[in-house]
Amino acid sequence: MIEVVIDDRCGGCGDCVDVCPSDVLARGPGGKAVIARQADCQTCYLCELYCPEDALFVWPQTDSVADVTAQQALATGDVGGFRRDSGWDEHAATHTNQHWRMGAIFERARLMAIDAAKTARTEDGRTK
Amino acid sequence: MADDFEAPHWETDVLVIGGGLAGTWATIAAAREGARVILADKGYCGTSGVTATAGPGHWWVPPEHREAAVADRLKRSLGLGDPDWMARILDLTWTSLPQLSRHYAFSTDEQGRVQYRGLRGPEYMRAMRAFALEAGATILDHHPVLELLTNADGVVTGAAGVALRGERPWTIRAGAVVLATGGCAFASRLLGSATNTGDGLLMGVEAGADLSGMEFSNYYTPMQAGTNMARSMSFAFARWFDEADHELDIPAGPDVSPHLARALLKGRLYCRLDRIPQDIREVMPQVQPNFVRPFARMGIDAYAERFEVSLVSEGTVRGVGGLRIDGQLCQTAAPGLFAAGDAASRELVTGAISGGGAVNSSWALSSGQWAGQGAAAFARGRRRAGERLHHLGQAGLRPTGRLAGVDLPAAVQLVREEMGAYDRNIFRTGEALAASGEKLDEAWREIAAHAGGWGRGLLRARETAAMVAAARWSKASAVQRRESRGMHRREDAPGLDPRLASRQRAQGLDRVVTRFEAASPENTSLEAVA
Ligand SMILES: Cc1cc2nc3c(=O)[nH]c(=O)nc-3n(C[C@H](O)[C@H](O)[C@H](O)COP(=O)(O)OP(=O)(O)OC[C@H]3O[C@@H](n4cnc5c(N)ncnc54)[C@H](O)[C@@H]3O)c2cc1C
Ligand code: SF4
Ligand code: SF4
Repeated sequence: MIEVVIDDRCGGCGDCVDVCPSDVLARGPGGKAVIARQADCQTCYLCELYCPEDALFVWPQTDSVADVTAQQALATGDVGGFRRDSGWDEHAATHTNQHWRMGAIFERARLMAIDAAKTARTEDGRTK
Repeated sequence: MADDFEAPHWETDVLVIGGGLAGTWATIAAAREGARVILADKGYCGTSGVTATAGPGHWWVPPEHREAAVADRLKRSLGLGDPDWMARILDLTWTSLPQLSRHYAFSTDEQGRVQYRGLRGPEYMRAMRAFALEAGATILDHHPVLELLTNADGVVTGAAGVALRGERPWTIRAGAVVLATGGCAFASRLLGSATNTGDGLLMGVEAGADLSGMEFSNYYTPMQAGTNMARSMSFAFARWFDEADHELDIPAGPDVSPHLARALLKGRLYCRLDRIPQDIREVMPQVQPNFVRPFARMGIDAYAERFEVSLVSEGTVRGVGGLRIDGQLCQTAAPGLFAAGDAASRELVTGAISGGGAVNSSWALSSGQWAGQGAAAFARGRRRAGERLHHLGQAGLRPTGRLAGVDLPAAVQLVREEMGAYDRNIFRTGEALAASGEKLDEAWREIAAHAGGWGRGLLRARETAAMVAAARWSKASAVQRRESRGMHRREDAPGLDPRLASRQRAQGLDRVVTRFEAASPENTSLEAVA
């Protein structure tokens, strides 16, 4: 669930409020983002992707609030990690979209599984 | 609610309900036909729905290999697929994806060839939003639709809903309507599925449409326990362990979930991803940036340590069932109403097995465009000035009895349990299915009689009604299919029954009715009332 808005990073652009598919976020005093309906959060991480200031942090657990603090979030080293790895905005040149490799990766797994099954069969043959 | 005279009122040629993959393609296709289009989404078109959090690889097959691809897929559809529809979606996928080049930065491989097959979800849906806006459509975000409207002849003529900001009701008068509300995940917390509560199925049936394939609504995916990260690629390399760390003999392959479910029924299940080769580990964050987040944040070295896994129920999302398609342009049985994507039954292209991994996204892209074209043509051919509009919504909106406090979270939990439990929904028996059906019927009666509300509360009541309804159609269809076919696995009727090699329809609100299509004369005797 969404756990943290790092207040001194939030520039109040309102983008996360607009894009949240579960309408969890709202604009608070001074226009900054606040978590208005935390229980509705679906842990999709997409608000992080749209936040240019890396001010938001989602905790992977889906069914209960974890009470993560801003300090704990920063200590994970992964605040902003989703936007960086996705190569959005200033990360475009350094983190290109490698999603197209998915088909080849699935194929590698399939071939490895066939190999493993063959090896298992030969070993079986030897012990018998 | 919608009877409120103050309610904002819009008018358009085509209304598209749901702004995921299918809804955006429908919007673009209708606009190309010259129609004025409004797209209304419960969330935000661009982030909501299961497309945005996934990375759909399409059924992308060069022309010379298509015949073989269709033949293979037809065999695996176990008697319920249709080769013509399969060929149609292959053709349209091939010509459609390159059109996105202005909005999506397609990658090139080492040889410089452009890679169209798979698109990363957030970027794909961001591109589809831009594409739809460019086509001239109006997008209403955070505008969930609650019900359909008809004219006096029963032709669908619009919809009504609530705007979440300000919690204001609204209505839209339209020449035709496309339902693209996605699948129903039955509150399982599957990644990206929170707004996919089956609303379109309920609205469609209220308008006179029927459903098909609802028994095939039990697809499950492994994920790290406690999270929602149902991205399956890495698990193709997995080794599985029980609590005592004994490796389980579970062969890799598409049918891994039932094996995992059996292990989970005995105790905790763990996974090691240590077989993933180093070069793949390095590129993983840029292939699936969301997959690595839980590990990075929780301090787990996924490639070295074991971690606990569970299965998440996807319901009809990567299941099959939905609104029955009744024509080449994705008409439903209700005049003026079209269906696309996961809201529609995908049996024509997948049969009794899941279309996840290629076919479903091609279906969403194709059915969306056909529905959009069909709706535009229907709207053009219809005179509609001054028609009186009838509001069709019942359960969850307009209680038949006194409005009273219904325990909606308890009803949602019931759906989650009955549509999620491995021992009842993966390994099925007639007896257990009927028992689930009875519990769900009781919840339905309570909701229909007493649930309602205002603003967001009204939306929750309606979503709950929709999930309970979809669960009832699923259980009733599963009861009547007394055999095992594809993902529908009856422990009390193993194996295929050749007499049941036909699609099964479902409809009915207070009383659920299912009926097998007459594929052969002996099938007509199986007409059944559940
Ligand atoms: C993890 C995962 C991975 C997948 N990978 C693949 C793959 O590799 N290949 C493949 O072919 N398929 C894949 N699929 C399936 C594929 O993603 C879907 O078939 C496809 O995205 C469905 O698109 P859709 O538009 O029908 O639904 P969605 O994208 O779910 O969109 C439905 C939309 O309707 C809206 N909505 C719902 N109710 C209402 C309402 N009452 N009013 C207004 N709006 C409403 C929702 O907010 C949502 O935006 C995957 C699915 C998952 C879950
Ligand atoms: S994780 Fe998703 S649902 Fe939760 S606040 Fe962010 S955008 Fe909204
Ligand atoms: S997107 Fe980021 S900067 Fe903008 S309002 Fe949200 S938290 Fe603040």
